[in-house]
Amino acid sequence: MAFDWLFFLEVLIAGLLSGAMYSLVALGFVLIFKASGVFNFAQGAMVLLAALTFVRLVEMGAPLWLAGVSTLMVMVVLAMLVERLVLRQLVNQAPIILFMASIGLNFFIEGTAQGVWDSDVHALDLGVPDLPIDVFGMLISQFDIFAAAMVAALVVVLAVFFQKTRIGRALRAVADDHQAALSVGIPLQTIWVVVWSVAGVVALVAGLVWGSKLGVQFSISLVALKALPVLILGGFTSVPGAIIGGLIIGAGEKLAEVFIGPFVGGAIESWFPYMLAMVFLLFRPQGLFGEKIIERV
Amino acid sequence: MSQAHKKIGDIMLKVEDISLSFGGVRALSGVSFDVREHEILAIIGPNGAGKSSMLNVINGVYHPQEGAITYKGSTRKQMRPHQAAKQGIARTFQNIALFKGMSTLDNIMTGRLLKMRRNFLWQALYWGPAQKEEIENRMVCEKIIDFLEIQAIRKTPVGRLPYGLQKRVELGRALAMEPDLLLLDEPMAGMNVEEKEDMCRFVLDVNDEFGTTIALIEHDMGVVMDISDRVMVLDYGRKIADGSPDEVRADQEVIDAYLGVSH
Amino acid sequence: MFYREAGQFKASYAADQSIFPIAQDRFGVLVILAVAFVFVPLVANEYWLRSILTPFLIFSLAALGLNILTGYAGQLSLGTAGFMAVGAFAAYNLQIRIPEIPFILDFVLAGLIAAAVGILFGLPSLRIKGFYLAVATLAAQFFLEWLFTRVGWFTNYSSSGVITAPPMVMFGFEFSGAQSRYLLTLSIVAVLALAAKNMVRSEIGRAWMAVRDMDVAAEVIGIRLLHTKLLAFAVSSFYCGIAGALWAYVYLGTVEPQAFDIFRSFEILFMIIIGGLGSILGSFLGAAFIVLLPIVLNNVSSIFAGGTLSAHTLSHLELVIFGSLIIFFLIVEPAGLARLWQIAKEKFRLWPFPY
Ligand SMILES: Nc1ncnc2c1ncn2[C@@H]1O[C@H](COP(=O)(O)OP(=O)(O)O)[C@@H](O)[C@H]1O
Ligand SMILES: [Mg+2]
Repeated sequence: MAFDWLFFLEVLIAGLLSGAMYSLVALGFVLIFKASGVFNFAQGAMVLLAALTFVRLVEMGAPLWLAGVSTLMVMVVLAMLVERLVLRQLVNQAPIILFMASIGLNFFIEGTAQGVWDSDVHALDLGVPDLPIDVFGMLISQFDIFAAAMVAALVVVLAVFFQKTRIGRALRAVADDHQAALSVGIPLQTIWVVVWSVAGVVALVAGLVWGSKLGVQFSISLVALKALPVLILGGFTSVPGAIIGGLIIGAGEKLAEVFIGPFVGGAIESWFPYMLAMVFLLFRPQGLFGEKIIERV
Repeated sequence: MSQAHKKIGDIMLKVEDISLSFGGVRALSGVSFDVREHEILAIIGPNGAGKSSMLNVINGVYHPQEGAITYKGSTRKQMRPHQAAKQGIARTFQNIALFKGMSTLDNIMTGRLLKMRRNFLWQALYWGPAQKEEIENRMVCEKIIDFLEIQAIRKTPVGRLPYGLQKRVELGRALAMEPDLLLLDEPMAGMNVEEKEDMCRFVLDVNDEFGTTIALIEHDMGVVMDISDRVMVLDYGRKIADGSPDEVRADQEVIDAYLGVSH
Repeated sequence: MFYREAGQFKASYAADQSIFPIAQDRFGVLVILAVAFVFVPLVANEYWLRSILTPFLIFSLAALGLNILTGYAGQLSLGTAGFMAVGAFAAYNLQIRIPEIPFILDFVLAGLIAAAVGILFGLPSLRIKGFYLAVATLAAQFFLEWLFTRVGWFTNYSSSGVITAPPMVMFGFEFSGAQSRYLLTLSIVAVLALAAKNMVRSEIGRAWMAVRDMDVAAEVIGIRLLHTKLLAFAVSSFYCGIAGALWAYVYLGTVEPQAFDIFRSFEILFMIIIGGLGSILGSFLGAAFIVLLPIVLNNVSSIFAGGTLSAHTLSHLELVIFGSLIIFFLIVEPAGLARLWQIAKEKFRLWPFPY
């Protein structure tokens, strides 16, 4: 039997498109890690919070734009609370302590989001149906294309924000050197709030995309776990790394599921990305874009 | 402080033509020198000259791109730090590298690790040979604690100790290894005069009483002139002088390097 | 009874290095053991023994295992439940395939198999550290969960994917009652806790902590990093494996792979954060805390809200409280409950003259 290249391509593209969404969540991680040194496990819970807030507001009759703006405000308030109640209290703590605090934050947000709203499954309709369309003989989901376009747009907006605005430049400085950032004249606290807010925006976009695909429910917070292998591939501090890593993981897991899965019992999507990332790390511990660092002593 | 009576022996460590770079930064280029048994060799030079890198190369923390090291007669290009430890090379660090979560005593006890033979199953039982071994090694460490005059902080977590004492504990950990070659990276940096005097005394005593060979990095020229048998000078990763303290002090290139005359 | 060490001079290093150097501590531990072995089984009712104390002990064991790896050796793991699953399924398969082996030995072998799997997944720790390693342990978690769900051999092709533990019989005695099961668990946990305490105060424990605190310096004093880390993975997984076997055999009786999902891993991670990283006592305190919290919460809510809160709301509330507590502990006392206990002891030691 000849290898069905068209089918292969179809799977590959579907994988890349869903990978774009992994990129999105990973992007939130990278932003926060760069600016506040926190490996933010709560990114997934933030996605859930944003999606749930949005969908409940829409269900209550708010127009999409109002729901969007209100959700954004919720995310900014969250950022301020996190800065005040968590980050500020834990300055100069070891990264692992910050990481564990973010696990605590994760549960806090999950509990609050579901407690305030509810834990049912909500359908979210952004007006783009998840129907396949025919592209050069391949069947590709219309919604996936739309989602990928949103991701791309967001990346462009973020790039402009980081390059062109004063606070954006301060943000980049803070990632390299906290002292340098201070000399820009923007207090670290403000920078943290802004970064966590931006990560909130990213979470909202991710939540909308995932939510309308899978329904808004608790399980979308688990998307964050999928972003972890992406980060390993791309490196914790590299924005292009997050994007390319996401695409690789997305494509890799779909291809593996379709072409290897049937031979080993299926559903290998659950662990394949982690194994892929782990094996990759063994050969290149610094990640795709990281530089090899020799520890200074 | 006369060291005239001391017997300096054969070459113990021969460093030949070592070059090391990090990406584009060249930390060492073609450095060669010897360390003789029982001597105290001081390595001096401006900041960034490559002194710490040199020590790191000797005990395998950094791997040079070129050159070879001959230690106790066997030549190698590379080795892992734990192999160096096994061959009797101990080390302290410029930025204190103690185990922060452990007490002074436990830190020093870690230095005995290579002398302990019982496996973890015995240790899980903590009985018979394992217990005996633990106590024997504790006794060695207590001697070191007495020697360094740190009895009072035996059980204190090292994170809580002042800087000077931490440096002393780190020396204690290295001594617990009963090394043949002791590498000290700025053991007296950041200390007040009194602490420095104590540290000098310890270094000289170790050298005297146990015959330990010592290579140390130090910035205080007074200290260097006082305690070292020989001085090697690095500048921009190259060796620019090597000789007795008096010779080095009179060397024009060394004077230039220290006064910052353009190269 | 005063908590004093004054007047208790140690005449030898042996005495100074004994497991509980202060007499009151020694006495206290004996009292606790006596209460746990004799008093509790006499007074506790079936519900407490079966549904609270037994799972508490098993959780403590898993927390001990994770604490060895994460608290002592500094290798963050998110795969604890995966290693518990290995223990549970190994014990099950050993028992149904080689029924001649006494079940206690099965447990030990299951622990050893878990240790081997732990070593396998610990191998990346040679090259990767910190969060990167944590993600690698997730690979273990998800892969193992998948393996036991998807590969029928492990569940003996049970159609539901659920395994049912065979009865535990030793010398003709069947451990079926809550009391005997509690005592069995208690004995195993007590022995392993003692062994853990001994390891962490010996050379291997110091080597683990050295690797945790500063790996470069550790290597320079002669510690072989990979060897030391793998040993931590092995010992840790051994403990978790036995905990998993106990979970399946003693506590649940029937078990499916989902009993060992990622949330269980987190649960155990919380125990050691709240109880105290790098503390044997902390593993027990943390486990007690997490086992008791939902019960306390339930009772409190039924007192104040009169049972009007739905199960859903309660479980969300639980999440919020867990989350807040974790953050609270990290801010106020990163060393956990065990440290608070120690501080209390120090205060008491000086009482009533605090100077
Ligand atoms: N691990 C490392 N990675 C990158 N560059 C390093 C590292 N260690 C040392 N260097 C560089 O090598 C040069 C020599 O450093 P070092 O040996 O620490 O000098 P010294 O101890 O004489 O002050 C410096 O330029 C330093 O930046
Ligand atoms: Mg230096």
